[in-house]
Amino acid sequence: MAKYLLLKHYRGAPASVNDVPMEKWAPEEISAHVQYMDDFAARLEATGEFVDSQALSPEGTFVRYDGEGRPPVTDGPFAETKDLIAGWMVIDVESYERALELAGELSAAPGAGGEPIHEWLEVRPFLAAPETITE
Amino acid sequence: MDEDLLRTLTPTVIAVLVRRGADFAAAEDAVQDALVEAVHVWPGDPPRDPKGWLVAVAWRKFLDAARADTSRRHREVRVESEPMPGPGEMADDTLQLYFLCAHPSLTPASAVALTLRAVGGLTTRQIARAYLVPEATMAQRISRAKRSLSSVRFDHPGDVATVLRVLYLVFNEGYSGDVDLAAEAIRLTRQLGARTNHAEVAGLLALMLLHHARRPARTGPDGRLVPLAEQDRGLWDTRLIAEGVDVLQAALTRDRLGEFQAQAAIAALHADARAAKETDWVQIVEWYDELVRLTNSPVARLNRAVALGEADGPRAGLAALAELDPALPRYSAAAAYLHERDGNPATAARLYAEAARSASNLPERDHLTRQAARLNARLRR
Repeated sequence: MAKYLLLKHYRGAPASVNDVPMEKWAPEEISAHVQYMDDFAARLEATGEFVDSQALSPEGTFVRYDGEGRPPVTDGPFAETKDLIAGWMVIDVESYERALELAGELSAAPGAGGEPIHEWLEVRPFLAAPETITE
Repeated sequence: MDEDLLRTLTPTVIAVLVRRGADFAAAEDAVQDALVEAVHVWPGDPPRDPKGWLVAVAWRKFLDAARADTSRRHREVRVESEPMPGPGEMADDTLQLYFLCAHPSLTPASAVALTLRAVGGLTTRQIARAYLVPEATMAQRISRAKRSLSSVRFDHPGDVATVLRVLYLVFNEGYSGDVDLAAEAIRLTRQLGARTNHAEVAGLLALMLLHHARRPARTGPDGRLVPLAEQDRGLWDTRLIAEGVDVLQAALTRDRLGEFQAQAAIAALHADARAAKETDWVQIVEWYDELVRLTNSPVARLNRAVALGEADGPRAGLAALAELDPALPRYSAAAAYLHERDGNPATAARLYAEAARSASNLPERDHLTRQAARLNARLRR
């Protein structure tokens, strides 16, 4: 089993095919979307492939170290180009193929008009600790 | 083995040890050891006086540990100078433990964790799960808190207001995992109320009971937020409401008004209405006036503006809102609501969407997004 991070983006990823902001959907469409996500997570819990899922606020700030005794410089958010993460789900699956399959399913959550939103999800494998035996 | 009894006795026993001169961490360790011994001994040989048994064993454990300590001499001098506790002082000890756990030298997060651990008797694992952090992290937070308290003497009367703030923080965490923190906060506030004669303790207890009574109606079966006006009032717990109102009325007759009593009075007026339409908004505005006077809090002013919108119409509410800082949390949501009632759905939809973007939790964000979607759908027709 290996862990993968499925990243949802507010911005930064290519726009989804069915790209309508959520507040423009019909209330039933929002319910269907939320239901799809919940069902998806529940199904992965049942298969033992679910690890964690969190949503993030769009507020973001960039911080960096700027020398001894000086305050860290904060700048941003870089509104034009910044890649904003909306949330993530961590899954623990048998194979890379399975991770891609699940990301594809998650991207098919219904949106405006009940059509899949076809959003781009970023799939990132976790780096693991080194094996005990390397020979 | 009566676990509830052990949980109730734990804080009392810790408190006795601390007052006899043990530092907080050592007292807690000694009581843990005593509890382990109780688990082994009690089933075969139940003590007639469980509390006395635990105090005696914990004290012996503490002395054993203290003797092995390099600071033995110092501790013995301190122990020597402390009077032995009289039998009637036990209740007071637990009260002192509340004050100690809410000590101003602790951060609010540490005070909350320590209160749940020492006064509430929850395990570190239970607290960690309730706050969704790893157990090791919570263990560190608690032991750091205990270290900060190790030099604090146990003879200063504490500040009830600080204790109440800590308990209200616990209550507002609601529940997740296997511990219902709201119920735990109510239990601890009841306990505190039995030990201290303070009108605001009753005010906080009433407030918690009245909020807790409405909890089953606050979320739909799908976890969706249900606003007060749309809640199924048949789901409200009338027993808790009745108790909350009783506690509040008793507190109000003492004529020592505080912010928790004022908030409880507002909650009681909501609970009193059989339908949302029957809500006595005029009286609610009056209580918000009291709350603003007591706290001068911008959040109270914001809520007052919404209540005023119900009592005197949306224009009055918007006028009150105009005097406040738009950067306040929930400002856009309140403005959206008042604009919709004022017959301005396009502005309301825009403000709801704005409010959704700055919402601090998921159910609230979804709720606000749905409100925007509802108005946008209506505008399209």
